[in-house]
Amino acid sequence: MYNFDVEQPTTLADAVQALSRDEAQPLSGGQTLIPTLKARLAAPSVLVSLSGIDEMKGVCSDDAGRVCIGAATTHATVAREVADLYPALAGLAARIGDPAVRNRGTIGGSVANNDPSACYPAAVLASGATVVTNKREIAADDYFQGMFETALKEGEIVTEVKFPVPEAAHYEKILQPASRFPLVAVFVAKFPDGVRVAVTGASNNGVFRWSDAEAALGGDFSAQAVADLKIDSADMISDLHGTAEYRAHLVGVMTKRAVAAIA
Amino acid sequence: MPKDGGIGASSKRREDVRFLTGNGNYTDDINMRGQAYVHFLRSDIAHGTLTSVDTSAAAAMPGVIQIFTGDDFAEIGGMPCGWQVTDKHGEAMQEPKHPVLAHGKVRHVGEPIAAVVADTLEQARDAAEAIEVEIAELPAVVNMKDAVKDGAPKVHDDLTSNLCYDWGFVEENKAAVDGAFEKAAHVTTLELVNNRLVANPMEPRVAIGDYNRSDGEHTLYTTSQNPHVIRLLMGAFVLGIPEHKLRVVSPDVGGGFGTKIFHYQEEAFCTFAAKAINRPVKWTSTRSEAFMSDAHGRDHVTKIQMALDADNNFTALRTDTYANMGAYLSTFAPSVPTWLHGTLMAGNYKTPLIYVNVKAVFTNTVPVDAYRGAGRPEATFQLERLVDKCAHELGVDPIALRRQNFITEFPYATPVAVEYDTGDYVATMDKLEEMSDIAGFEARRKESEAKGKLRGFGVNCYIEACGIAPSNLVGQLGARAGLYESATVRVNATGGLVVMTGSHSHGQGHETSFAQVVAEMIGIDENMIEIVHGDTSKVPMGMGTYGSRSIAVGGSAMVRATEKIIAKAKKIASHLLEASEGDIELKDGAFSVAGTDKSVAWGDVTLAAYVPHNYPLDDIEPGLEETAFYDPSNFTYPSGAYACEVELDPETGVVTIERFSAADDFGNIINPMIVTGQVHGGLAQGIGQALLENCAYDEDGQLLSASYMDYAMPRASDLPFYDVDHSCQTPCTHNPLGVKGCGEAGAIGSPPAVVNAVLDAMRSGGSKVEHIDMPVTPSRVWAAMNG
Ligand SMILES: Cc1cc2nc3c(=O)[nH]c(=O)nc-3n(C[C@H](O)[C@H](O)[C@H](O)COP(=O)(O)OP(=O)(O)OC[C@H]3O[C@@H](n4cnc5c(N)ncnc54)[C@H](O)[C@@H]3O)c2cc1C
Repeated sequence: MYNFDVEQPTTLADAVQALSRDEAQPLSGGQTLIPTLKARLAAPSVLVSLSGIDEMKGVCSDDAGRVCIGAATTHATVAREVADLYPALAGLAARIGDPAVRNRGTIGGSVANNDPSACYPAAVLASGATVVTNKREIAADDYFQGMFETALKEGEIVTEVKFPVPEAAHYEKILQPASRFPLVAVFVAKFPDGVRVAVTGASNNGVFRWSDAEAALGGDFSAQAVADLKIDSADMISDLHGTAEYRAHLVGVMTKRAVAAIA
Repeated sequence: MPKDGGIGASSKRREDVRFLTGNGNYTDDINMRGQAYVHFLRSDIAHGTLTSVDTSAAAAMPGVIQIFTGDDFAEIGGMPCGWQVTDKHGEAMQEPKHPVLAHGKVRHVGEPIAAVVADTLEQARDAAEAIEVEIAELPAVVNMKDAVKDGAPKVHDDLTSNLCYDWGFVEENKAAVDGAFEKAAHVTTLELVNNRLVANPMEPRVAIGDYNRSDGEHTLYTTSQNPHVIRLLMGAFVLGIPEHKLRVVSPDVGGGFGTKIFHYQEEAFCTFAAKAINRPVKWTSTRSEAFMSDAHGRDHVTKIQMALDADNNFTALRTDTYANMGAYLSTFAPSVPTWLHGTLMAGNYKTPLIYVNVKAVFTNTVPVDAYRGAGRPEATFQLERLVDKCAHELGVDPIALRRQNFITEFPYATPVAVEYDTGDYVATMDKLEEMSDIAGFEARRKESEAKGKLRGFGVNCYIEACGIAPSNLVGQLGARAGLYESATVRVNATGGLVVMTGSHSHGQGHETSFAQVVAEMIGIDENMIEIVHGDTSKVPMGMGTYGSRSIAVGGSAMVRATEKIIAKAKKIASHLLEASEGDIELKDGAFSVAGTDKSVAWGDVTLAAYVPHNYPLDDIEPGLEETAFYDPSNFTYPSGAYACEVELDPETGVVTIERFSAADDFGNIINPMIVTGQVHGGLAQGIGQALLENCAYDEDGQLLSASYMDYAMPRASDLPFYDVDHSCQTPCTHNPLGVKGCGEAGAIGSPPAVVNAVLDAMRSGGSKVEHIDMPVTPSRVWAAMNG
C-alpha cells in the first residue's frame, strides 16, 4: 500500500465534502479496494469511508413497493433482511463470496465497481432497478456501461439502489473454480409487463440484457421457450476457465435453468 | 481395543495445541532487534538482456539502507544443484549458473533483479519503484518441444541448447523393448500432459538473516524442510561460510509439500546482507511472490506405449517424456523426472521390458522441482491412464487387466533397477472393491441418469518408492548428498527424554508419532518425551523431511539411538540389581531380573547415570545420551488401489466427486489417525491436480494463474467424504519399524482414478473421447463432449 489519509464521515454531506479533496476515493466494504491497494494498483491520497454513514445503510420498502437498499448495506444484511421481500435477490446476496466477504462487502461497492463477473449488477439490471446517487437517479439500463464502467461521475456516490419486485425471479450461476465469482450467471425476472434477463460473467462488455431470451420468454414463459436459443460468442470472455463458445453455451443453460426454477 | 499410547495408538497430535491456539512460532513470528526489511524487485519480463539497473534515485529515498544488484553477487557462487544426472551418452547434464540476483539477463517472470534493504518494508517497496531497470526483451521460450528445436532462442547463452539432458533408462534395454513392440499383439499409445502446479503451502516462505559480530556467527531463520541441508548448500557453495559459523533454524513451518526443500536466493541474500549492513534482514514472501518464486511442480509432456501379447499380458512399456526444468536448476530438479520417475515405471505390474526416455528442458518459466510425490505422481498418472486405455481398447475390465498383470511374488526386481521388498497388490485391490461397492455402481448410475447426470467409476493402482534413500546407491545415481538420517536421544536424570531428530515436521505430526515409538520401546508415557527438530545448533545432523522418509529413515535412526540407550541402561540396571546383564528385561518402564521379582524403575536407572555414586564407573561412562545415524539399505515401497466415482453434468461439464475410496499398504503404522490425515491431505492435492489446479503461462512467459483469482485450490466443498483404509499391511523388511511412509501416497494415487472416472462418465453419455488432460475443468469436459 501507499500512504493515504482516511476520513470517516457520519453524514452523506460530509462524505461528499471529503470526496472533493484531490485524489479522494470512497471506501465501502473494502473487499475490492483493499486488495487493489495492497497490490499497489491504486494510489488515492485519501479514502473516504462510507461505513459510518447510517443514512446509507439498511433496507426498506417505498410507496411504489420497491425494495430500497442503502448503498453501504452489506451482502449479509441483504441476505437476511430482503429474504421475505425479494427472495431471489436475498439468495444472490447469500451466495456472494464467503462469510467474511459478505459481512464486509456492500451493494454500493459492488454496483460502483461493476466487475464483469459480479453478481449484483445482474440483479440490478434484470430488476430494472434505479441507482440513486447523491446527485440523481439513474435507471439500470443507463447505469452499466461496460466492464468496470458506469454512469457515475467523478466524486459521485451511490447512496441507494431501488428494486421493483418482480412476480417471480431466479438467479442461476456456475462458479469460476478459482475465484468463485460467477463464470456465467443469469438473473431472470418476470414482471406483469414482460421478462427481463440479465447476464453476468460472460461478456467483455460487462453485464448485459439478453433480448432474444426476453422476447421468447415474453411469449411463453417456459424453459422450453429458451431451450434452443443460442447467443453469439463473439463478445464473450475467453480465458483459462472457459472459452467464449463455452460461455455462450452456459448463458443458454443458466437461462433455461433459471426459468425452470420459477416456471 | 485401540491402544491408548505407544505404537499403533491414535494419540492426539500434541503440536496442534499450540497451532490451534495461536501459539505456533513460525519464522515470520520472529522479530530481531533492529531488523531491516528487504523487498525484491522482480522481473516482469520472461526473457531479456539487463541493459541497466540504475539504483541512484532509489538509494536516496527515505529509510533506504542499501540496494543490492546482480553485480554485488557476481563473485559469489551461484545457487547449487544437488543432483547431477548423466545423459544417455554418458555425458553430464548441462548446468547453468543460477545467480542470487539476476546478472546479465533475466530468465523468468519473478526472477529477482535488485534487493532493497530499508528500515521498513513500505520504504523498501517505495524505493524499489524508483529503481530504473532497462531490459532489452528477447523472445521467450515457453513450450518445451519448441525449446529443443534447432534455432530456438536459448535461455542460457553459454549452454549448447535448451536441453539439460536426454536420459535413457535403461539405455541397454532399448533395443529389446523396441523388439517386443514389433512382436506385440496389441499396442496402446497415449499422449498426455501432467499439469504444472504451484505447491501453495499455507505459510509463505520467510527468511531472516542475522550476523553476530562478537563471535562471527551467522544465523538464518527460514521456512525449510531441511535446515542442515540449507546450511551445507548455502555455507559451502554460495557464501563460503563454514558450518561451525552458520546456524540455520526452521521453527514451526506451515506446510512444505516439497517446495520448502530447496535452497532459495532469498535465504542466501538475507544471510549475506545481514553481515553487509550489520543488522538482521527479514523477508516475508507475499502470496503473489510465492506464485512466481516458489519452485513449481510436475509439468511433464509424455507419450507412453504399452505392448501386450494375445493374452493381454503386458510385454513391454516405453515412454518419451519432456520434463520442464524452468529457467534454472532448482536444488533437486534433475532427479525428479529421472530417478524418482523412471524407476517407478514398472508400477504394480510384471512388465518384463521397460524403456524410459526423459528430455529435461530449460524454459523461461519458474524453476520446477519436487512437489508432493515428486516424479512418482507423473509415473503413476501416465501408467494408470495407459492401462485403463488398454482395457478400453481391448474391451476388457480394467480391474481384471490390472489383476492379471500384478506382481505377486516378492522380493521383485523390476526392469527399472529397483527391488520391491514387500507388497500385496491383490489384497489392496480386494479391499478396494469391497470399500467402493462396485456391485452397487450400476444402481447409482441409474439414479444419476434419472437426474440428467452421467456417472463414472475409475480405479488405479500405485506404487511409490519412499524412505529416500540408500546413500551409496543415490551417490551412484548422481546425488551430491547422502540420504541417511540422524537422531540423538538425551535422557535426563529424572527420566524424561529429549529426542533430537534430523527429520523436520511441517505439519506431519512428528512430535506425536516419534514420541509414540520411543515410549513403546521403553514402556513409559509419551509425555515424558520431547521431540526437537529444526535447529542445526540443537540437532547434530539431518537430511530433512521429504519423499515420505521421516518415519522410515528418521524414525529408524531414532530407534537405533534408543536401542543404544536401552543397552546402556540395562548395564546400569544390572549393576544396581546385582544381576548379570543378560538377565535384565525392560518392560513397562522397569528393569527386572528374569525369573525374579527384583526390579528397578526407569527413573532410578537414569538418576544413577547422572548421580553415579553406586555405578559401574570402571565399565561405562556416566550420563545417558546416544546418537545414531541410519542409512537405509533400500527404498520402501508403499502401494495401494484407489477408486473414484464422479457425477458429471453433461450440459455444463461440471464434475463432482461423489465417492473416493483409498486402500493403502503402508506396512506397519505408528499412529492410524495421523496416517489417515496424511492420506486425506494427499487426496485433496491429488484431486486438486486432477480437477482444479493449473499453473499456466502465455506464450510470452507471463504467468496467467498468478493469484487465487485464477489458480484454483481445492476447497472442502470440492471434496467428498473419503473412505480410507490401511489395514492391508506388508511390513517393510529392511527397517526396524517395518514402516513404509504415507505422506505422498494420496497425491500420487488419486489423479488417475479421477480422470479414469470422468472418462467413464463421458463415455456412458455416448462420447468417444479417449483422453482428457488435467485439470479436468468444466470447460474442457464440455469441449471434449461437444468437440
Ligand atoms: C474472496 C472474494 C470473493 C468474492 N466473491 C464475489 C462473488 O462471488 N460475487 C460478487 O459479486 N462479488 C464477489 N466479491 C466482491 C465483493 O462482493 C465486493 O464486496 C464488492 O465487489 C465491492 O464491494 P465493497 O463494499 O467491498 O467495495 P469497496 O472495495 O470498498 O469499493 C469498490 C470500488 O467501488 C467504489 N465505491 C464503493 N462504494 C461506493 C459508493 N457507494 N459510491 C461510489 N463508489 C463506491 C470504491 O471507491 C472502489 O473503487 C468477492 C470479493 C472477495 C474478496
